[in-house]
Amino acid sequence: MSEKPPLSVLDRPNSYIGRSVPRPNARRLLAGRGQYPTDMVLPRMVHVAFARSPFAHARIRSIDTEAARAAPGVVAVATGADIARLCKPWVGTLDHFAGMKSPPQYPLAMEKATWQGEPVVAVVAESRAEAEDALELLDIDYEELTPVTDPETALDPATPVIHEDLGDNLCFSSRVDAGDVDAAFADADLVVEEEFHFPRHTGVTLEPRVITADYDPSEERLTAYHGSQTPYQMQDVYARHLGLAEENVRVLCKDLGGAFGIKLHVHGEEMTTCALSMMLGRPVKWVADRLESFVSDIHARDHRVRARMAVTAEGRIVGFDVDDLTGVGPYSVFPRTSAVEGNQVIKLVGAPYAIEHYRAALKVVLQNKNVMSQYRAVGHPIAFAVTESLVDKAAAELDMDPVAIRRANYVPDDAYPYKTASGMAYEQLSLQQSLDRLVEFIDYEGLRREQAQLREKGVYRGIGLGTFVEITAPGAAFYGVGGARISAQDGCSMKLEPSGRVQLAISINELGQGTETIVAQVAATELGVSMEDIRVTTGDTGSTPYGGAAWASRAAAIGSEATVRAARALRENILEVAGAVLQEAPADLDIRDGQIVGRESGEERLSVAEVGRVGYFRPDTLPPDFHPQLSVVRHYAPQGLPFAFTNGIHASYVEVDVETGGVTLLKHWVVEDCGRVLNPKLVEEQARGGVAQGIGMALFEECLYSEEGQLTNASLADYLVPLSSELPDIHVTHVETPTQYSEIGAKGAGEAGTAASPGAIMNAVNDALRPLGARVSAMPMTPERILTALGRI
Amino acid sequence: MYDFQYHRPTSLDEASRMLSGAEEASFIAGGQTLLQTLRQRLAQPSDVVDLGGIAELRGISREGDNVVIGAMSRHNEVAGSADVAGAIPALATLAGGIGDAQVRNMGTIGGSIANNDPAADYPAGLLGLGATVVTNNREIPADDFFVDMFETALEPGEIIRSVRFPVPQRAGYVKFDQPASRYALVGVMVSQGAGGVRVAVTGAGPSVFRVSEMEDALGRDFSADAIAGIRIPSDGLNADIHGSPEYRAHLVTVIAQRAVNAALQAH
Repeated sequence: MSEKPPLSVLDRPNSYIGRSVPRPNARRLLAGRGQYPTDMVLPRMVHVAFARSPFAHARIRSIDTEAARAAPGVVAVATGADIARLCKPWVGTLDHFAGMKSPPQYPLAMEKATWQGEPVVAVVAESRAEAEDALELLDIDYEELTPVTDPETALDPATPVIHEDLGDNLCFSSRVDAGDVDAAFADADLVVEEEFHFPRHTGVTLEPRVITADYDPSEERLTAYHGSQTPYQMQDVYARHLGLAEENVRVLCKDLGGAFGIKLHVHGEEMTTCALSMMLGRPVKWVADRLESFVSDIHARDHRVRARMAVTAEGRIVGFDVDDLTGVGPYSVFPRTSAVEGNQVIKLVGAPYAIEHYRAALKVVLQNKNVMSQYRAVGHPIAFAVTESLVDKAAAELDMDPVAIRRANYVPDDAYPYKTASGMAYEQLSLQQSLDRLVEFIDYEGLRREQAQLREKGVYRGIGLGTFVEITAPGAAFYGVGGARISAQDGCSMKLEPSGRVQLAISINELGQGTETIVAQVAATELGVSMEDIRVTTGDTGSTPYGGAAWASRAAAIGSEATVRAARALRENILEVAGAVLQEAPADLDIRDGQIVGRESGEERLSVAEVGRVGYFRPDTLPPDFHPQLSVVRHYAPQGLPFAFTNGIHASYVEVDVETGGVTLLKHWVVEDCGRVLNPKLVEEQARGGVAQGIGMALFEECLYSEEGQLTNASLADYLVPLSSELPDIHVTHVETPTQYSEIGAKGAGEAGTAASPGAIMNAVNDALRPLGARVSAMPMTPERILTALGRI
Repeated sequence: MYDFQYHRPTSLDEASRMLSGAEEASFIAGGQTLLQTLRQRLAQPSDVVDLGGIAELRGISREGDNVVIGAMSRHNEVAGSADVAGAIPALATLAGGIGDAQVRNMGTIGGSIANNDPAADYPAGLLGLGATVVTNNREIPADDFFVDMFETALEPGEIIRSVRFPVPQRAGYVKFDQPASRYALVGVMVSQGAGGVRVAVTGAGPSVFRVSEMEDALGRDFSADAIAGIRIPSDGLNADIHGSPEYRAHLVTVIAQRAVNAALQAH
């Protein structure tokens, strides 16, 4: 009977997998006991504030710090040169992005300031208020230079070059060319084309960027309480750039008030704060205020995309031709660069459709504006807004239904494995099944009838679809192959306590997305104990295994695999001890509900607590040379293809007020396939939060720069984010296509909501406007843009 | 924020003395604008005189054909007042739509009109209803009170006691708000009463203004159709990141029509 193959984690009795169990940490957070880095207070702690460049582009002639140094409470004043003596600069390029260039970037501006808001001088004082008072006493002499603020002219010979050593303002360019695009377009019955604009926006995390750096000179140890979604990457960066031993750098981040990709980049303020702590031998704290967040947290998007699509008279999509121009900051951001978003746009346009002819060109140009890098759903919202908008436009011209044209052109569900014209390999998607589910989920026919009835009454409603295919859970192909020291694997350690309960430490971390819940679900299921018996620790490079942490929708997919392996190893080791105690073969035993049971009979034999007691306190009762191994660690690196592609489709139902241009979101639906759903409620929360951010992109958010490179709406009174009152009900349903490359089969779910919602909403708005002959192709779709499209102003 | 001396007088006389005795003093009512200004270090008063301790500045009452609202009445108090809801529901609507719940719990009518933000709601309420501002030494009709952007007829040290609103036959207030702040991109108060028809527009220009062409048309025919063809010129209207002058001019007609409909529905 011990010959039978062991049960997989999915067959375990009392499985938590697939159940909407509540978050174990919710009670702690609701009780105000969250441990956010902003709350950190240490003895002898001082505070840093930054003088920032008021100009987008300026030479720094001189800095007089004398008066600031003499101000009350001031402990230190440091310029770029002072910090550069402690911290090496970085270069935001990746080796696999051929030809990419970006100059060395220092924590504080050196000879030149290159964006409005770039930190120039740091003032440390006993309080933040005193540091800010002293900032006003600095005398920084700037010589204003012409700023580069228009991506369209960034490469013109007449435009100044931001970094003379680079020769021009081109950061990166790339091209994809497959099939015979020119012939495909020449032969097409219909070509639809459009120029799209997606402006800059930013993450607007509730908790701003924050760090408390605590350097102990006696041991040359740096402890950084850093609001970071990638503690291990920052451990590496701090060690290398500050000249410290890696094992002497500890980065901690227990709870985090929002990340969305903002908190995994290297920004000068955190590096400076660490260098100042080394300089002073005291803890130094920095918390961004909201204005600082707007001018220094990475921005995202800013793409001008010209795209055209070739179609046959029968509605068969033949090819795409895409040109993406994206304006980034004056430096490519380290270590993930500012080119990944554009690089994903030129791979992902057309991704759901079976097409042979595909051409896409990308230019990434430097600008004298805040730095740009990856933010939730990197590139996807742009690629799918472009794709789905063109598909709807073609459908309208051919008088086809938007559902019909998609069904006819998706990569069919039985066509996998499949490789796209742009070179992406799909294991298995469920595009057709998801579309069928959506049509039923939203009562598509009923909605169309309602829309038609209301149109007769002068009410303009629109239905928009937005398909997505999403890159999740990447292996080393994303960054590692490009030379970035960013882990693609993750590790989980588990320790049985003598009580029979379990301490688990894992390198994926909690950003509010529910990591601790998922991990406890998987560990409890595989181990055979209650979730309440698992204590999860995350966000501490000093006490958890090394890993990549949380980005690119990877935590659940990769972390669950590391967890199931660690839990299995611990179970086997527990059963070894139990077998020795019971004098039975471990393979004939199992753990269920915290009890050692007969594997076949289910009869209770021993508690796990008893194994702990014997294993730790009475090993003398075990056979000679038997050493209980009640702590284990297991790691998991993603297998198979470079990425675990997911897919799904959104629908948006809107009403456009054609007198004011206002858009009311009536409803939003999401059908998503992230493989095995570990916890439906958490996946739905991710979908809803992601949709909210997509709504921001579609209708509200835009970092508005003047021609002089000044950010003109850097406050929450001017920068629009969707509030709860603007959000419609968001309904989510699941299709499950587990990946066969992992044991549990989960793929990523964190970004899908943002990936497709902007395109779905754009299609809904244009569907509403179609009878009036108007069309919008620039986001955010503000009332004024809509009225302009309607020709009313 | 810079240091300042904080005072909390309990009478109007005491408040006036404190203000005139200080080097560069500022009154604080609800603090919804002043505190932000101080926090951004855009103002550096030597003294801040809090009007919150003066009992006579509070209270809402119906006095004959008027509703009198104490200057320190909070927006939520106005929105929730039975006297206001019964006599001038459009004013309750206006107060209940200012900012968000936190703003409405702190902000006051006196603070709002003394500040005269070009996008604030109350200036349209006062001008559109033909209200009178009562201060510690005189009465100022709304037509004379709002002078220009952030500028009123108040003299230095003059304190608003209350605002007296004549009860109209009907009134309606509608605004198209800026989603982040809920300030009015364009807000229009329309009323019809003993003084005739009034149409007051906030958000669109540097300061609240009346549209006499619409008032005349509505005087002849109080219906949305009566003003459908009236376009106000965009010259001189506000241009900012939230909207162009042309957009605001367009919205004035649309929102005024909706305000007329609101007035007709309410009465």
